[in-house]
Amino acid sequence: MGSVSTVGDLKRRRIDELAARAGQVPEGEGGVSLTKSAFRRLRRDPVAIIGAVIVVVFLLVAAFAPLLAMRDPLAQTLLSEIRPGSIPGSREGFPLGVDNLGRDLLSRLIWGSRQSLMIGVVSTILGVIVGMALGVLAGAFGGWVDTVVMRFVDILLSVPGLLMAISVSVLLGQNQYALMIAIAVTQVPIFARLLRGSMLAQRGSDYAVAAQALGVKKGRIVFGHVLPNSLSPVIVQATLSLATAIIEAAALSFLGLGDPDLARPEWGAMLANAQAFLSIRPELAVYPALCIIVVALGFTLLGESLREALDPKFRR
Amino acid sequence: MQRRHSRVLAASAAALTAVTLSACASSDRDSGDGGDAAEQTGGTLVFGAAGDPAMLDPAFGSDGETFRVSRQIFEGLLGNEIGGTEPVPELAEDYEVSDDGLEYTFALREGVKFHDGTDFNAEAVCFNFDRWYNFTGLAQSPSASYYYQAVFGGFADTPDTPSIYESCEATDENTAVITLTQVTSKFPAALALPSFSIQSPTALEEYDADNVSGSEDALTYSEYALEHPVGTGPFKFESWDRGNGEVTIVKNDDYWGEPALLDEVIFRTISDGNTRRQELEAGSIDGYDFVAPADYETLEDAGFQVLPRDPFNILYLGINGGNVEGTQANPALQDERVRQALAHAIDRETIVNSLLPAGAEVATQFMPPTVDGWADDVTTYDYDPERARQLLAEAGAEGTTLRFFYPTDVSRPYLPDPAAMFQVISQNLTDAGFTIEPTALPWNPDYLNAVQAGQADIHLLGWTGDYNDAYNFIGTFFAEASNNQASAEFGAFSAPEIFAALAEADAEPDPANRTEQYQEANRLIMDYLPGVPISHSPPALVVAENVQGMEPSPLTAEVFSTVSLSD
Amino acid sequence: MLRFIVRRLLQLIPILLGLSVLLFAWLRALPGGPAQAALGERATPEAIARYNELFGLDEPLAVQYLRFLGRAIRLDFGTSARTGRTVTTEFLERFPGTIELTIVAMIFAIGLGIPLGYLAARKHGSWLDSTSVIGSLIGVAIPVFFLAYLLRLLFAVELGWLPGSGRQDVRMDATRITNFYVLDGLLTREWDAAWDAVLHLILPAIALGTIPLAIIVRITRASVLDVVNEDYVRTANAKGLATATVRRRHIIRNALLPVSTTIGLQTGLLLSGAVLTETVFAFGGVGSAIYDAIFARDFAVLQGFILMLAVVYVLVNLLVDISYGLLDPRVRVR
Repeated sequence: MGSVSTVGDLKRRRIDELAARAGQVPEGEGGVSLTKSAFRRLRRDPVAIIGAVIVVVFLLVAAFAPLLAMRDPLAQTLLSEIRPGSIPGSREGFPLGVDNLGRDLLSRLIWGSRQSLMIGVVSTILGVIVGMALGVLAGAFGGWVDTVVMRFVDILLSVPGLLMAISVSVLLGQNQYALMIAIAVTQVPIFARLLRGSMLAQRGSDYAVAAQALGVKKGRIVFGHVLPNSLSPVIVQATLSLATAIIEAAALSFLGLGDPDLARPEWGAMLANAQAFLSIRPELAVYPALCIIVVALGFTLLGESLREALDPKFRR
Repeated sequence: MQRRHSRVLAASAAALTAVTLSACASSDRDSGDGGDAAEQTGGTLVFGAAGDPAMLDPAFGSDGETFRVSRQIFEGLLGNEIGGTEPVPELAEDYEVSDDGLEYTFALREGVKFHDGTDFNAEAVCFNFDRWYNFTGLAQSPSASYYYQAVFGGFADTPDTPSIYESCEATDENTAVITLTQVTSKFPAALALPSFSIQSPTALEEYDADNVSGSEDALTYSEYALEHPVGTGPFKFESWDRGNGEVTIVKNDDYWGEPALLDEVIFRTISDGNTRRQELEAGSIDGYDFVAPADYETLEDAGFQVLPRDPFNILYLGINGGNVEGTQANPALQDERVRQALAHAIDRETIVNSLLPAGAEVATQFMPPTVDGWADDVTTYDYDPERARQLLAEAGAEGTTLRFFYPTDVSRPYLPDPAAMFQVISQNLTDAGFTIEPTALPWNPDYLNAVQAGQADIHLLGWTGDYNDAYNFIGTFFAEASNNQASAEFGAFSAPEIFAALAEADAEPDPANRTEQYQEANRLIMDYLPGVPISHSPPALVVAENVQGMEPSPLTAEVFSTVSLSD
Repeated sequence: MLRFIVRRLLQLIPILLGLSVLLFAWLRALPGGPAQAALGERATPEAIARYNELFGLDEPLAVQYLRFLGRAIRLDFGTSARTGRTVTTEFLERFPGTIELTIVAMIFAIGLGIPLGYLAARKHGSWLDSTSVIGSLIGVAIPVFFLAYLLRLLFAVELGWLPGSGRQDVRMDATRITNFYVLDGLLTREWDAAWDAVLHLILPAIALGTIPLAIIVRITRASVLDVVNEDYVRTANAKGLATATVRRRHIIRNALLPVSTTIGLQTGLLLSGAVLTETVFAFGGVGSAIYDAIFARDFAVLQGFILMLAVVYVLVNLLVDISYGLLDPRVRVR
């Protein structure tokens, strides 16, 4: 497969396999577009439906947070009733109770979906863009460009994700953008590798060869045909990455490397912040943890089903 | 993990003073059997520390975890009264001060031996004083000999920054005369700090104690500081398992005073607060420090003893009221109306009630009421958001953007939960018409560096007193740092009348006059308002039900020699 | 085979060189710089300048890098600002703990994951199947520091069955030879010490092993499902071979191939990434050292540990690739 790989052949082989599979057209389904057939299979898959429902609900909550939340998530309404050893629980107007500063927990969870989604989406998009740029560079030009780019990607892959995110956070300081960049950096090598492999598979495909024979310019083949057709594994991986990003944000918050504006509701930060109150109000940690788990579950279910739907081996 | 307890944490020597001089050698010699004794002696106590000591030579120490261990192993000429803040005789039985306040004659305790068998005498005392004064090279780094420099100034080879230490003379076996070049209110109370513990000259020399070396990335302390600390205290150093963060000290059977009741104390580092609590609940440790205020009741209900210390600290909102070169302080803060607006905007009553443990108080000035020099008639600034907005409008500074720095991953005696404190104050200030731009940094070194270099507009910081002396509080904050300017932390503001008042009080030998002068200094400070004092908070430690004799110290200077375990 | 391994090892060199450049650049790009970190707050500019001169921190970056590289080759990564000991000492003292933890975590993950995944696939579509799929997804998503809290609450505080932190009871005076505490206990015949060390490994291993467990369940399930539909299994069944024989000889053996890959990859990850788990269990391994180093801005440790862990990670991956080549005749080693 392309250049001789050095680090973790198999880790990359798995990425590459995903890339290659997406390039294959399932037998007997010629004529129907890949996307269409994938969708058809998705619709019949209960797992995919559960995943999709979770994701859609989450997106709706995030979109309509201002309407859904009954209270200002920043207002320390019940602060004066708080004592270090007691935080009021659920009551009229505060269905889930308040946090340690007297802010309505439900409203914060609802608004938190926005920030968590934003962290997930922005960091994934960043990872995809940079990763794709590298992947396209390597996949389109081949030769020494390919070698140099892939060697660089290998170096990034040789550092485990969380360590990489920590290193980047320490370098950039603590702010919400640094958090997103730190998470994105861990995803760059995955996407780069993925897209390159996928493009290599596409380049050898009949239509690319045909286009070349017809004298279409190389740039047009790459950007007009090969690239669009190589995107489906990237979409699958991006769905899975969204889940990872939200979980990683929680880990970084716990390590004190999260968003310094603690008033801004975000599930990971809320969970990390609730650690000090586990003995008196475990709910403060349980609810954001549940949100993270369910949403991550939703994205993973969707991503996995998408992967299966696009994979001809799984058409059953 | 020294970040949780850096030098700001107060300290004082291990002090089991000979108040209870038992007639002679007593039955304690055969400790460990104690079958019929009501108070069981012997046994091992495991104490959960929040971080590792930096090293074990207190002369180079400045953080709470280092001192927690070293005050069990070492003693100074003076110690602190148990459970209080007053200095009391320890290795010195008595001392006299000359009329000019420059010469201190210490009558030393006789028959004391260091753990290595070396005699404790006047020679040993002077050896230590001369050792500090003659530190060279990297040992002079502020991160190494912080407290020496804070009290004595410079070193033998730094004529530009002179030291107030002149000499130490052993006039006979048990008399040491220490001469200073100028009067200071820090002396002799400061001698109760662990940094001025008297260490064994034999061991210091044998293990090359002064050899602070370094590499590109760190200072490296000597073999003495890491493996062989030798003092006179009720416990001896046994071992330090660095990989697991465990320091073990054992009973000193030849102790000159009342011997320790425990056979062994193990300080075990557990950095996560929840883990510390759960390990106590599971019985793996017998106690820990820095109990989260939220856990006080839960722990007490479960039968543990929560031991709050009297608040001997101050939390304040630091204001960068000047402009230090290389920083971009907000010039609006140089307007006293804006500073007053800050003070009026903060709801300190609610902060004390909702965020701090019971017993916390609103601070009216930069020192707790128990310190001599506290004034009951300083200008106060009540919570009044309306007034704050009005003051801002008068100053034409509505919507002023302030870069507000707060520390992460730390729990301080005066600031148990920085994140919560930051959020409440930030909301208060926003309500009063300020715009807040938050910056979070890990406590040590990033936060302290940034704040002390004057990079924040406003920040949270505090102080636990080292000993009962006003200068230890307000002098530390507001004394003239250089060229008629205060420290960079407060924007190097210039207020000659405050500097003069502090310098005058520090050099005043008469205690009554001195108290009055410090009161005046406090009034001046609260009129000028270089920062906003917020609260005094009682930090607590917790021990299991069967732990007896742990006396909480306002200086966070607990001694373990009086502690015992019952069944 | 030997040539393949040698070549692969040689190819590590550019990776490690590249990584060392990145790490060096990272260290120098950090605010404050090493002198500030070493001398601490209140260090005067003169003191910093003196320090920089003393240790050559004022020389051109290229010179500094070469010196760094020269030392790194001799496994000298400098001195920890936090403990004053060499980074290599710290690493050697702490890595055995992490290895022990990884082994137990992987035993937990494999021992539970393969049977679960296999059963889930055999009972495809049953409640067991969906429970293990959903359960494994939750396992991946639950934040490890929260899981650790729950585990300790149940097993250490409420039930009192297992120790909740550390590597060994502090009151135990065990002899240390290799810093593998279990091994040390066995070597010195201090059985109680060995047993105690084993008990201390259980809770952190469960917390740490949850993610690999979840992944192993999924991979096992997927690959068993894959294999069941392969022609050779159908052939074997058609031949009339006993169901048990088909399972053993054809399904399990072939399905385990991708699982073994996953196990290798996860082992590599655990060896290097247990920052959170080790911290919340106050476990003296490399992960908790990295956590401490982050907050103390102990850059020498961060740099040295990350580099050494990357080497370990890469080597484990290499091992996985080699064993894959041995296990699967279809993969021809180039």
